[in-house]
Amino acid sequence: MAPETTGANRPMVSVRGLNKWFGPLHVLKDIDLTVAAGEVVVVVGPSGSGKSTLCRCLNRLETAGEGSIEIDGEPLPSEGRALARLRADVGMVFQSFNLFGHKTVLDNITLGPTRVRRIPRPEARQQAMALLERVGIADKADHHPAQLSGGQQQRAAIARALAMQPKVLLFDEPTSALDPEMVNEVLDVMVSLAAEGMTMIVVTHEMGFARRAADRVVFMDDGRIVESGAPDDFFAAPRTERARDFLSKILQH
Amino acid sequence: MEALTAHLSELGHGLVTTVELTVVTTVGAMLLGIVVATLRIAPVPLLRAIGTAYVEVFQNLPLLALLVLFVFALPTIGITFPLFTSAAIVIAVYEGAYLAEAIRAGINTVGVGQAEAARAIGLTFGQSLRHVILPQGLRAVIQPIGNICIALLMNTSLAAAVGVVELTQAANTVNLVEAQPIAVFTGAGLAYMLLALIIGQVTGLLERRLAIVR
Repeated sequence: MAPETTGANRPMVSVRGLNKWFGPLHVLKDIDLTVAAGEVVVVVGPSGSGKSTLCRCLNRLETAGEGSIEIDGEPLPSEGRALARLRADVGMVFQSFNLFGHKTVLDNITLGPTRVRRIPRPEARQQAMALLERVGIADKADHHPAQLSGGQQQRAAIARALAMQPKVLLFDEPTSALDPEMVNEVLDVMVSLAAEGMTMIVVTHEMGFARRAADRVVFMDDGRIVESGAPDDFFAAPRTERARDFLSKILQH
Repeated sequence: MEALTAHLSELGHGLVTTVELTVVTTVGAMLLGIVVATLRIAPVPLLRAIGTAYVEVFQNLPLLALLVLFVFALPTIGITFPLFTSAAIVIAVYEGAYLAEAIRAGINTVGVGQAEAARAIGLTFGQSLRHVILPQGLRAVIQPIGNICIALLMNTSLAAAVGVVELTQAANTVNLVEAQPIAVFTGAGLAYMLLALIIGQVTGLLERRLAIVR
Protein backbone atom coordinates (compact mmCIF):
# COMPACT_ATOMS: atom_id res chain seq x y z
CA MET A 1 0.00 0.00 0.00
CA ALA A 2 1.29 3.45 -0.87
CA PRO A 3 2.23 5.76 1.99
CA GLU A 4 -0.51 8.25 2.70
CA THR A 5 -0.09 11.84 3.69
CA THR A 6 -2.87 13.96 5.02
CA GLY A 7 -2.99 17.58 4.00
CA ALA A 8 -0.20 19.90 4.91
CA ASN A 9 0.25 18.41 8.40
CA ARG A 10 3.66 17.03 9.18
CA PRO A 11 3.78 13.30 9.85
CA MET A 12 3.84 12.52 13.59
CA VAL A 13 4.14 8.77 13.28
CA SER A 14 5.68 7.19 10.24
CA VAL A 15 5.96 3.43 9.81
CA ARG A 16 7.73 1.94 6.80
CA GLY A 17 7.94 -1.72 5.84
CA LEU A 18 7.33 -2.95 9.38
CA ASN A 19 7.58 -6.71 9.82
CA LYS A 20 7.42 -8.59 13.07
CA TRP A 21 7.69 -12.22 14.00
CA PHE A 22 6.89 -14.07 17.22
CA GLY A 23 9.06 -17.11 16.67
CA PRO A 24 7.80 -18.68 13.44
CA LEU A 25 4.62 -16.58 13.57
CA HIS A 26 4.65 -13.66 11.14
CA VAL A 27 2.40 -11.20 13.01
CA LEU A 28 3.02 -7.93 11.15
CA LYS A 29 3.52 -7.95 7.40
CA ASP A 30 4.88 -4.98 5.46
CA ILE A 31 3.05 -2.35 7.49
CA ASP A 32 3.19 1.19 6.08
CA LEU A 33 1.34 3.80 8.10
CA THR A 34 1.67 7.55 8.39
CA VAL A 35 -0.26 9.46 11.00
CA ALA A 36 -0.26 13.23 10.71
CA ALA A 37 -0.03 15.56 13.68
CA GLY A 38 -3.51 16.01 15.09
CA GLU A 39 -4.91 13.03 13.25
CA VAL A 40 -7.00 10.37 14.99
CA VAL A 41 -6.53 6.92 13.52
CA VAL A 42 -8.62 4.01 14.71
CA VAL A 43 -7.23 0.55 14.07
CA VAL A 44 -9.80 -2.22 13.87
CA GLY A 45 -9.67 -5.86 12.91
CA PRO A 46 -10.32 -9.37 14.18
CA SER A 47 -8.39 -10.56 17.20
CA GLY A 48 -4.99 -11.88 16.25
CA SER A 49 -4.80 -9.52 13.30
CA GLY A 50 -1.75 -7.76 14.80
CA LYS A 51 -3.32 -4.44 15.71
CA SER A 52 -2.21 -4.50 19.35
CA THR A 53 1.27 -5.60 18.34
CA LEU A 54 1.47 -2.72 15.87
CA CYS A 55 0.43 -0.32 18.63
CA ARG A 56 3.06 -1.75 21.01
CA CYS A 57 5.76 -1.52 18.36
CA LEU A 58 5.24 2.23 18.15
CA ASN A 59 6.83 2.85 21.55
CA ARG A 60 8.96 -0.26 21.32
CA LEU A 61 7.27 -2.31 24.00
CA GLU A 62 7.64 -4.82 21.17
CA THR A 63 10.70 -4.61 18.98
CA ALA A 64 10.14 -4.52 15.26
CA GLY A 65 11.75 -7.30 13.23
CA GLU A 66 12.22 -5.25 10.08
CA GLY A 67 11.36 -1.78 8.88
CA SER A 68 11.54 1.69 10.31
CA ILE A 69 9.41 3.67 12.75
CA GLU A 70 9.75 7.41 13.16
CA ILE A 71 8.05 9.54 15.77
CA ASP A 72 7.94 13.24 14.86
CA GLY A 73 10.74 12.71 12.38
CA GLU A 74 13.00 10.87 14.84
CA PRO A 75 13.79 7.20 14.30
CA LEU A 76 12.89 5.03 17.29
CA PRO A 77 16.06 4.51 19.38
CA SER A 78 16.87 0.88 20.09
CA GLU A 79 17.47 0.96 23.86
CA GLY A 80 18.61 2.92 26.86
CA ARG A 81 18.06 6.53 27.79
CA ALA A 82 17.26 7.72 24.28
CA LEU A 83 14.42 5.21 24.12
CA ALA A 84 13.18 6.25 27.57
CA ARG A 85 13.14 9.88 26.39
CA LEU A 86 11.18 8.99 23.31
CA ARG A 87 8.66 6.96 25.32
CA ALA A 88 8.08 10.02 27.48
CA ASP A 89 6.74 11.71 24.34
CA VAL A 90 4.55 8.79 23.32
CA GLY A 91 1.73 8.24 25.79
CA MET A 92 0.17 4.82 26.11
CA VAL A 93 -3.12 3.67 27.58
CA PHE A 94 -3.41 -0.05 28.22
CA GLN A 95 -6.33 -2.43 28.14
CA SER A 96 -5.73 -3.39 31.78
CA PHE A 97 -5.01 0.21 32.96
CA ASN A 98 -1.73 -0.77 34.65
CA LEU A 99 -1.92 1.94 37.28
CA PHE A 100 0.83 1.57 39.87
CA GLY A 101 -0.91 -0.33 42.67
CA HIS A 102 1.16 0.99 45.57
CA LYS A 103 0.69 4.66 44.71
CA THR A 104 -2.29 6.95 45.03
CA VAL A 105 -3.94 8.17 41.86
CA LEU A 106 -2.21 11.53 42.25
CA ASP A 107 1.21 9.92 42.73
CA ASN A 108 0.60 7.72 39.70
CA ILE A 109 0.21 10.85 37.63
CA THR A 110 3.10 12.87 39.11
CA LEU A 111 5.68 10.04 38.90
CA GLY A 112 6.56 10.63 35.26
CA PRO A 113 6.60 14.44 35.36
CA THR A 114 8.75 14.55 38.53
CA ARG A 115 11.17 11.74 37.64
CA VAL A 116 11.40 12.02 33.87
CA ARG A 117 10.62 15.67 33.19
CA ARG A 118 12.14 16.90 36.47
CA ILE A 119 9.18 19.15 37.16
CA PRO A 120 9.10 20.32 40.82
CA ARG A 121 6.63 18.33 42.91
CA PRO A 122 4.17 21.18 43.76
CA GLU A 123 3.88 22.13 40.11
CA ALA A 124 3.46 18.50 39.06
CA ARG A 125 0.72 18.05 41.68
CA GLN A 126 -1.08 21.11 40.41
CA GLN A 127 -0.97 19.86 36.82
CA ALA A 128 -2.07 16.41 37.95
CA MET A 129 -5.05 17.84 39.80
CA ALA A 130 -6.03 19.84 36.71
CA LEU A 131 -5.87 16.65 34.63
CA LEU A 132 -7.92 14.69 37.16
CA GLU A 133 -10.46 17.51 37.10
CA ARG A 134 -10.57 17.21 33.37
CA VAL A 135 -11.19 13.46 33.34
CA GLY A 136 -13.74 13.93 36.13
CA ILE A 137 -12.13 12.11 39.05
CA ALA A 138 -10.48 14.90 41.05
CA ASP A 139 -12.19 13.55 44.17
CA LYS A 140 -10.27 10.27 43.79
CA ALA A 141 -6.80 11.87 43.85
CA ASP A 142 -5.83 10.35 47.18
CA HIS A 143 -7.36 6.92 46.56
CA HIS A 144 -5.43 3.87 45.51
CA PRO A 145 -6.20 2.36 42.12
CA ALA A 146 -7.92 -0.69 43.61
CA GLN A 147 -10.47 1.60 45.25
CA LEU A 148 -11.62 2.92 41.86
CA SER A 149 -14.00 1.42 39.34
CA GLY A 150 -12.59 0.23 36.03
CA GLY A 151 -13.79 3.30 34.21
CA GLN A 152 -12.27 5.59 36.82
CA GLN A 153 -9.00 3.66 36.68
CA GLN A 154 -8.82 4.00 32.93
CA ARG A 155 -9.53 7.73 33.15
CA ALA A 156 -6.75 8.02 35.72
CA ALA A 157 -4.48 6.14 33.33
CA ILE A 158 -5.35 8.59 30.57
CA ALA A 159 -4.52 11.46 32.93
CA ARG A 160 -1.20 9.77 33.70
CA ALA A 161 -0.39 9.58 30.00
CA LEU A 162 -1.46 13.18 29.42
CA ALA A 163 0.70 14.43 32.30
CA MET A 164 3.77 13.76 30.15
CA GLN A 165 2.35 16.13 27.52
CA PRO A 166 2.88 13.51 24.84
CA LYS A 167 3.13 14.23 21.12
CA VAL A 168 1.00 11.21 20.38
CA LEU A 169 -1.23 8.95 22.44
CA LEU A 170 -1.53 5.23 21.81
CA PHE A 171 -4.62 3.40 23.06
CA ASP A 172 -4.41 -0.39 23.16
CA GLU A 173 -8.03 -1.56 23.47
CA PRO A 174 -8.75 0.95 26.24
CA THR A 175 -12.33 -0.16 26.86
CA SER A 176 -12.09 -3.91 26.34
CA ALA A 177 -11.63 -4.68 30.04
CA LEU A 178 -14.50 -2.45 31.16
CA ASP A 179 -18.01 -3.28 32.18
CA PRO A 180 -20.37 -1.98 29.49
CA GLU A 181 -21.77 0.82 31.65
CA MET A 182 -18.29 2.27 32.08
CA VAL A 183 -17.24 2.31 28.46
CA ASN A 184 -18.80 5.64 27.66
CA GLU A 185 -17.16 7.63 30.44
CA VAL A 186 -13.79 6.62 28.98
CA LEU A 187 -14.83 7.16 25.37
CA ASP A 188 -16.13 10.63 26.23
CA VAL A 189 -12.70 11.61 27.50
CA MET A 190 -11.10 10.21 24.35
CA VAL A 191 -13.54 12.04 22.10
CA SER A 192 -12.78 15.33 23.81
CA LEU A 193 -9.05 14.70 23.43
CA ALA A 194 -9.54 14.01 19.74
CA ALA A 195 -11.54 17.22 19.38
CA GLU A 196 -8.70 19.17 20.96
CA GLY A 197 -6.29 18.05 18.31
CA MET A 198 -4.36 15.29 20.11
CA THR A 199 -2.66 12.88 17.74
CA MET A 200 -4.15 9.50 18.59
CA ILE A 201 -3.80 5.92 17.45
CA VAL A 202 -6.59 3.86 18.91
CA VAL A 203 -6.90 0.10 18.73
CA THR A 204 -10.49 -0.64 19.62
CA HIS A 205 -13.65 -2.57 18.93
CA GLU A 206 -15.76 0.50 19.64
CA MET A 207 -17.11 1.31 16.22
CA GLY A 208 -19.16 4.13 17.72
CA PHE A 209 -15.96 5.87 18.75
CA ALA A 210 -14.50 5.35 15.29
CA ARG A 211 -17.53 7.02 13.74
CA ARG A 212 -17.57 9.89 16.21
CA ALA A 213 -13.92 10.76 16.51
CA ALA A 214 -11.75 9.09 13.91
CA ASP A 215 -10.27 10.89 10.92
CA ARG A 216 -9.35 7.56 9.47
CA VAL A 217 -10.08 3.90 10.07
CA VAL A 218 -7.39 1.34 9.40
CA PHE A 219 -8.57 -2.24 9.03
CA MET A 220 -6.07 -4.98 9.74
CA ASP A 221 -6.32 -8.68 9.08
CA ASP A 222 -3.72 -11.41 9.33
CA GLY A 223 -0.90 -8.97 10.05
CA ARG A 224 -1.59 -6.65 7.14
CA ILE A 225 -3.29 -3.31 6.70
CA VAL A 226 -6.04 -4.39 4.36
CA GLU A 227 -8.00 -1.21 4.08
CA SER A 228 -7.77 2.38 5.20
CA GLY A 229 -10.19 5.23 4.76
CA ALA A 230 -12.55 7.77 6.27
CA PRO A 231 -14.88 6.17 8.83
CA ASP A 232 -18.06 6.98 6.92
CA ASP A 233 -16.72 5.35 3.74
CA PHE A 234 -15.31 2.39 5.61
CA PHE A 235 -18.49 1.57 7.51
CA ALA A 236 -20.87 2.36 4.65
CA ALA A 237 -18.95 0.73 1.85
CA PRO A 238 -15.95 -1.37 2.81
CA ARG A 239 -13.92 -2.09 -0.30
CA THR A 240 -12.57 -5.50 0.62
CA GLU A 241 -14.36 -8.76 1.23
CA ARG A 242 -12.52 -9.29 4.51
CA ALA A 243 -13.59 -5.92 5.87
CA ARG A 244 -17.19 -6.59 4.84
CA ASP A 245 -17.03 -9.96 6.56
CA PHE A 246 -15.56 -8.41 9.73
CA LEU A 247 -18.14 -5.63 9.87
CA SER A 248 -21.01 -8.00 9.30
CA LYS A 249 -19.87 -10.02 12.30
CA ILE A 250 -19.51 -7.15 14.73
CA LEU A 251 -22.35 -4.90 13.63
CA GLN A 252 -25.02 -7.60 13.61
CA HIS A 253 -26.24 -7.01 17.13
CA MET B 1 20.21 -19.09 87.87
CA GLU B 2 23.19 -17.79 89.76
CA ALA B 3 25.40 -19.02 86.95
CA LEU B 4 23.67 -16.43 84.79
CA THR B 5 23.40 -13.52 87.22
CA ALA B 6 27.03 -13.79 88.19
CA HIS B 7 28.09 -13.23 84.58
CA LEU B 8 25.54 -10.68 83.39
CA SER B 9 28.23 -8.37 82.07
CA GLU B 10 29.92 -11.00 79.82
CA LEU B 11 26.60 -12.33 78.61
CA GLY B 12 25.34 -8.79 78.11
CA HIS B 13 28.33 -7.96 75.96
CA GLY B 14 27.75 -11.13 73.98
CA LEU B 15 24.12 -10.20 73.45
CA VAL B 16 25.03 -6.69 72.29
CA THR B 17 27.56 -8.14 69.83
CA THR B 18 24.91 -10.55 68.51
CA VAL B 19 22.47 -7.68 68.01
CA GLU B 20 25.11 -5.53 66.32
CA LEU B 21 26.19 -8.37 64.07
CA THR B 22 22.55 -9.09 63.18
CA VAL B 23 21.70 -5.48 62.37
CA VAL B 24 24.84 -4.77 60.33
CA THR B 25 24.53 -8.05 58.47
CA THR B 26 20.83 -7.63 57.77
CA VAL B 27 21.41 -4.23 56.21
CA GLY B 28 24.31 -5.55 54.12
CA ALA B 29 22.43 -8.69 53.10
CA MET B 30 19.35 -6.65 52.07
CA LEU B 31 21.44 -4.36 49.87
CA LEU B 32 23.24 -7.33 48.33
CA GLY B 33 19.94 -9.16 47.93
CA ILE B 34 18.38 -6.26 46.05
CA VAL B 35 21.43 -5.89 43.81
CA VAL B 36 21.65 -9.61 43.05
CA ALA B 37 17.88 -9.92 42.46
CA THR B 38 18.15 -6.98 40.08
CA LEU B 39 21.04 -8.65 38.27
CA ARG B 40 18.94 -11.79 37.90
CA ILE B 41 16.20 -9.89 36.06
CA ALA B 42 18.50 -7.53 34.14
CA PRO B 43 18.00 -7.25 30.38
CA VAL B 44 21.70 -8.03 29.80
CA PRO B 45 22.46 -11.81 29.71
CA LEU B 46 25.92 -11.40 31.27
CA LEU B 47 24.47 -9.60 34.30
CA ARG B 48 21.83 -12.32 34.70
CA ALA B 49 24.59 -14.94 34.59
CA ILE B 50 26.55 -13.12 37.31
CA GLY B 51 23.44 -12.95 39.50
CA THR B 52 22.71 -16.64 39.01
CA ALA B 53 26.32 -17.62 39.71
CA TYR B 54 26.28 -15.61 42.94
CA VAL B 55 23.14 -17.32 44.20
CA GLU B 56 24.29 -20.80 43.19
CA VAL B 57 27.69 -20.39 44.86
CA PHE B 58 26.57 -18.92 48.16
CA GLN B 59 23.38 -20.92 48.61
CA ASN B 60 25.25 -24.16 48.01
CA LEU B 61 28.09 -23.77 50.47
CA PRO B 62 27.79 -24.18 54.24
CA LEU B 63 28.08 -20.90 56.12
CA LEU B 64 30.57 -22.38 58.58
CA ALA B 65 32.87 -23.44 55.74
CA LEU B 66 32.67 -19.93 54.24
CA LEU B 67 33.47 -18.34 57.60
CA VAL B 68 36.47 -20.58 58.19
CA LEU B 69 37.70 -20.05 54.65
CA PHE B 70 37.41 -16.28 54.93
CA VAL B 71 38.97 -15.96 58.36
CA PHE B 72 41.78 -18.51 58.03
CA ALA B 73 42.49 -18.70 54.30
CA LEU B 74 42.47 -15.03 53.29
CA PRO B 75 45.27 -14.06 55.70
CA THR B 76 47.56 -16.55 53.90
CA ILE B 77 47.31 -14.34 50.82
CA GLY B 78 47.75 -11.21 52.90
CA ILE B 79 44.15 -10.09 53.39
CA THR B 80 43.01 -9.63 56.98
CA PHE B 81 39.97 -8.01 58.49
CA PRO B 82 38.99 -7.64 62.14
CA LEU B 83 37.04 -10.73 63.25
CA PHE B 84 33.71 -8.93 63.63
CA THR B 85 34.07 -7.39 60.17
CA SER B 86 34.97 -10.75 58.65
CA ALA B 87 31.96 -12.44 60.21
CA ALA B 88 29.66 -9.59 59.12
CA ILE B 89 30.91 -9.71 55.52
CA VAL B 90 30.62 -13.49 55.21
CA ILE B 91 27.16 -13.73 56.79
CA ALA B 92 25.89 -10.79 54.71
CA VAL B 93 27.21 -12.33 51.50
CA TYR B 94 25.71 -15.70 52.41
CA GLU B 95 22.30 -14.45 53.50
CA GLY B 96 22.28 -12.04 50.57
CA ALA B 97 21.91 -15.03 48.26
CA TYR B 98 18.78 -16.19 50.12
CA LEU B 99 17.35 -12.68 50.26
CA ALA B 100 18.03 -12.24 46.54
CA GLU B 101 15.87 -15.28 45.79
CA ALA B 102 13.08 -14.08 48.08
CA ILE B 103 13.20 -10.62 46.51
CA ARG B 104 13.23 -12.08 43.02
CA ALA B 105 10.11 -14.06 43.92
CA GLY B 106 8.57 -10.77 45.04
CA ILE B 107 9.51 -9.06 41.80
CA ASN B 108 7.88 -11.91 39.90
CA THR B 109 4.57 -11.21 41.63
CA VAL B 110 4.48 -7.74 40.08
CA GLY B 111 2.57 -7.91 36.82
CA VAL B 112 4.29 -7.35 33.50
CA GLY B 113 1.86 -4.49 32.89
CA GLN B 114 3.40 -2.50 35.75
CA ALA B 115 6.84 -2.58 34.14
CA GLU B 116 5.34 -1.76 30.74
CA ALA B 117 3.44 1.21 32.14
CA ALA B 118 6.59 2.43 33.88
CA ARG B 119 8.58 2.20 30.65
CA ALA B 120 5.76 3.78 28.70
CA ILE B 121 5.95 7.00 30.73
CA GLY B 122 9.68 7.19 30.05
CA LEU B 123 11.20 5.77 33.23
CA THR B 124 14.56 4.09 32.70
CA PHE B 125 15.12 0.48 33.79
CA GLY B 126 16.63 1.66 37.08
CA GLN B 127 13.82 4.14 37.74
CA SER B 128 11.13 1.56 36.98
CA LEU B 129 12.78 -0.81 39.40
CA ARG B 130 13.15 1.76 42.14
CA HIS B 131 9.78 3.49 41.91
CA VAL B 132 7.45 0.82 40.58
CA ILE B 133 8.76 -2.75 40.69
CA LEU B 134 10.73 -3.04 43.95
CA PRO B 135 8.25 -1.14 46.16
CA GLN B 136 5.56 -3.62 45.12
CA GLY B 137 7.79 -6.70 44.90
CA LEU B 138 9.29 -6.19 48.36
CA ARG B 139 5.88 -5.70 49.94
CA ALA B 140 4.84 -9.08 48.63
CA VAL B 141 7.70 -10.89 50.37
CA ILE B 142 8.01 -9.08 53.72
CA GLN B 143 7.15 -12.31 55.56
CA PRO B 144 9.78 -14.54 53.89
CA ILE B 145 12.33 -11.74 54.29
CA GLY B 146 11.50 -11.69 58.01
CA ASN B 147 12.05 -15.45 58.16
CA ILE B 148 15.43 -15.11 56.50
CA CYS B 149 16.34 -12.39 59.01
CA ILE B 150 15.50 -14.76 61.87
CA ALA B 151 17.65 -17.45 60.25
CA LEU B 152 20.36 -14.83 59.90
CA LEU B 153 20.13 -14.05 63.62
CA MET B 154 20.58 -17.74 64.43
CA ASN B 155 23.45 -18.01 61.98
CA THR B 156 25.38 -15.23 63.71
CA SER B 157 26.12 -17.86 66.39
CA LEU B 158 28.45 -19.51 63.88
CA ALA B 159 30.69 -16.45 64.22
CA ALA B 160 31.65 -18.04 67.55
CA ALA B 161 33.56 -20.65 65.58
CA VAL B 162 35.95 -18.04 64.24
CA GLY B 163 36.43 -16.26 67.54
CA VAL B 164 33.80 -13.52 67.62
CA VAL B 165 32.56 -13.25 71.17
CA GLU B 166 28.86 -13.01 70.53
CA LEU B 167 26.11 -14.47 72.69
CA THR B 168 26.80 -18.16 72.01
CA GLN B 169 30.54 -17.75 72.53
CA ALA B 170 29.93 -15.74 75.72
CA ALA B 171 27.62 -18.47 77.00
CA ASN B 172 30.20 -21.08 76.16
CA THR B 173 32.88 -19.18 78.10
CA VAL B 174 30.61 -18.73 81.11
CA ASN B 175 29.76 -22.44 81.02
CA LEU B 176 33.44 -23.34 81.08
CA VAL B 177 33.68 -21.49 84.38
CA GLU B 178 30.34 -22.47 85.93
CA ALA B 179 29.80 -25.92 84.39
CA GLN B 180 26.04 -25.29 84.38
CA PRO B 181 25.14 -25.91 80.73
CA ILE B 182 21.38 -26.16 81.27
CA ALA B 183 21.05 -22.80 83.00
CA VAL B 184 23.56 -20.99 80.79
CA PHE B 185 22.34 -22.19 77.41
CA THR B 186 18.68 -21.98 78.34
CA GLY B 187 19.32 -18.36 79.25
CA ALA B 188 21.12 -17.71 75.97
CA GLY B 189 18.39 -19.56 74.08
CA LEU B 190 15.69 -17.40 75.66
CA ALA B 191 17.60 -14.29 74.61
CA TYR B 192 17.74 -15.55 71.00
CA MET B 193 14.05 -16.35 71.17
CA LEU B 194 13.26 -12.84 72.38
CA LEU B 195 15.25 -11.30 69.52
CA ALA B 196 13.51 -13.56 67.01
CA LEU B 197 10.13 -12.58 68.42
CA ILE B 198 11.05 -8.92 67.99
CA ILE B 199 12.00 -9.52 64.35
CA GLY B 200 8.71 -11.36 63.87
CA GLN B 201 6.74 -8.49 65.39
CA VAL B 202 8.50 -5.91 63.23
CA THR B 203 7.82 -8.05 60.15
CA GLY B 204 4.15 -8.29 60.99
CA LEU B 205 3.93 -4.57 61.63
CA LEU B 206 5.62 -3.73 58.33
CA GLU B 207 3.38 -6.13 56.49
CA ARG B 208 0.23 -4.49 57.87
CA ARG B 209 1.52 -0.95 57.45
CA LEU B 210 2.72 -1.36 53.89
CA ALA B 211 -0.06 -3.57 52.59
CA ILE B 212 -1.16 -2.54 49.12
CA VAL B 213 -4.86 -1.84 48.91
CA ARG B 214 -6.31 -4.48 46.62
